[in-house]
Amino acid sequence: MSEDIWILGIHMTKFGKRPESDVVDLAAEAALGALSDGGVTMGEMGVLAAGNLMGAATGVGQMLQKQIGQTGIPVYNVANACATGATALRTAIMAVRAGECDMGLAVGVEKLAGAGLLSGGSRKKDSDTWEPSGRYGAVAPLDGRVGTETMPGVFAQIGMEYGHTYGGTDFELFARISEKNHMHSTLNPLAAYTKAMSLEQIMGDVMIAYPNTRPMCSANCDGAAAAVVVSDSKLKTMSLEQQRRAVKVAASVLTTDPWEEACQILPDVNTLTRNAATQAYEQAGVGPDDLDLVELHDCFATAELVHYDNLMLCEQGGAVDFFESGAPFRDGPKPVNVSGGLESKGHPIGATGIANIWEVCHHLRGEAGDRQIDGAQVGLAHVIGLGSACGVHILEKAAA
Amino acid sequence: MSGQIPLVDYLVLGDEPHLEASECTSCGARYFDRRNACASCGAAGEDQFRSVAVPNEGQLKAFTIVSFAAPGVPVPFVAGVIDCAGTSVRGNVVNVEPDADHVRLGMKVRLTTFAIGEDGEGTEAIGYGYEPMEAA
Repeated sequence: MSEDIWILGIHMTKFGKRPESDVVDLAAEAALGALSDGGVTMGEMGVLAAGNLMGAATGVGQMLQKQIGQTGIPVYNVANACATGATALRTAIMAVRAGECDMGLAVGVEKLAGAGLLSGGSRKKDSDTWEPSGRYGAVAPLDGRVGTETMPGVFAQIGMEYGHTYGGTDFELFARISEKNHMHSTLNPLAAYTKAMSLEQIMGDVMIAYPNTRPMCSANCDGAAAAVVVSDSKLKTMSLEQQRRAVKVAASVLTTDPWEEACQILPDVNTLTRNAATQAYEQAGVGPDDLDLVELHDCFATAELVHYDNLMLCEQGGAVDFFESGAPFRDGPKPVNVSGGLESKGHPIGATGIANIWEVCHHLRGEAGDRQIDGAQVGLAHVIGLGSACGVHILEKAAA
Repeated sequence: MSGQIPLVDYLVLGDEPHLEASECTSCGARYFDRRNACASCGAAGEDQFRSVAVPNEGQLKAFTIVSFAAPGVPVPFVAGVIDCAGTSVRGNVVNVEPDADHVRLGMKVRLTTFAIGEDGEGTEAIGYGYEPMEAA
């Protein structure tokens, strides 16, 4: 077993509309914040992993170096759908764990404010002659003709499929999940939206893809988050204050969809999440009962429901009862998305994976301000990207 | 009449239109698109896949009513996943009011085809969807 890895410093920018800052400005703000939080400098970093989805071909990592320090270290530009930030962090963790260096920096950043509907692809004008193309031999674009390719529609079906299998779901239930997260966000000054919304407002808002209305969809916004990771042996040479604030990475897991019959046509976000959670609990030596808080990938209200089950916060098929019991509310026994989640805190894709970890770290350190979950010792951060990637990190408060 | 062409090549037209899946001869996994090898068992070879007819009737196991889509996509429409005797199929639910009172999880549906337009040479493209088997 290789040595433990710790998060030494972590930072998240204000999420929302950030017209004054470009991608590199946001990444720099997060990176410098994380370095400062950890009490270290860019010159001490042995690896940089930069996550950014929309500019995946542009080399954000190297552009960031030009702004904050060109030290000649290896840079990994990472893109892995909505799991991009978690993948960047995991890349830095792997480098440290492999012994290639003793400290590394991971950054996740995205400019998405006003991006509108993602991934559906605009329909090109149909050609004058039907010409089969692509692996389906399609003569015309399929979005809207053979189901939907939009994310709200895909994740709506994922929630509906859960309802078909286990029962107990309806429009209002999904809306109440969203109501919870918007309510949680009122305590998070860094969230893109910090206003509570009533059930009536949520259900009466613009329908995007039934049963997901607009406030039940993740909020496209700008933002960045960054983390400094350090090896156990290096941390032991650092100040007591650094050791006290360091957060243990008890598990870092990344999975993809294994083959399932139905996942060929509707992405299966369930199996890979359950597999990631199983591996993470085993790595960390903890179980779902040990978690004091969870930040999970509520890219849509319908997704949050299935992930209660996938992360084994409840028994299989028990997600509706779990929610109805009040467990995932911030005053419940298993608070979920106390940050406001992607629906209210916001979802700058490349930043989200690290931002979820930022939230958990702050509770473990007792630095989460008004929304502190008292006495938090262990937390889990989850993200999913289509299609497909799932990152699960379990974090533990330092023993000291 | 210059004839017809299916929207996708797994839609077989004729007297009894139906879908054909590509089935792995080693493990039975089914696909609707072309594969280089089997994603389930990894087997690859000249005759790795054979065409099998997918039953036309099935059960709606997931759906959404899309009201907001990319430019050029008419809304609202009902997108769904249909379980056709163990083979999952993606398709729109058609010939139904696009609302949650008329589209229900678990409803029985059957394949139907319809014209989606003609090209400059008069060839008609035929698409598919699933319609309810009984009145809502």
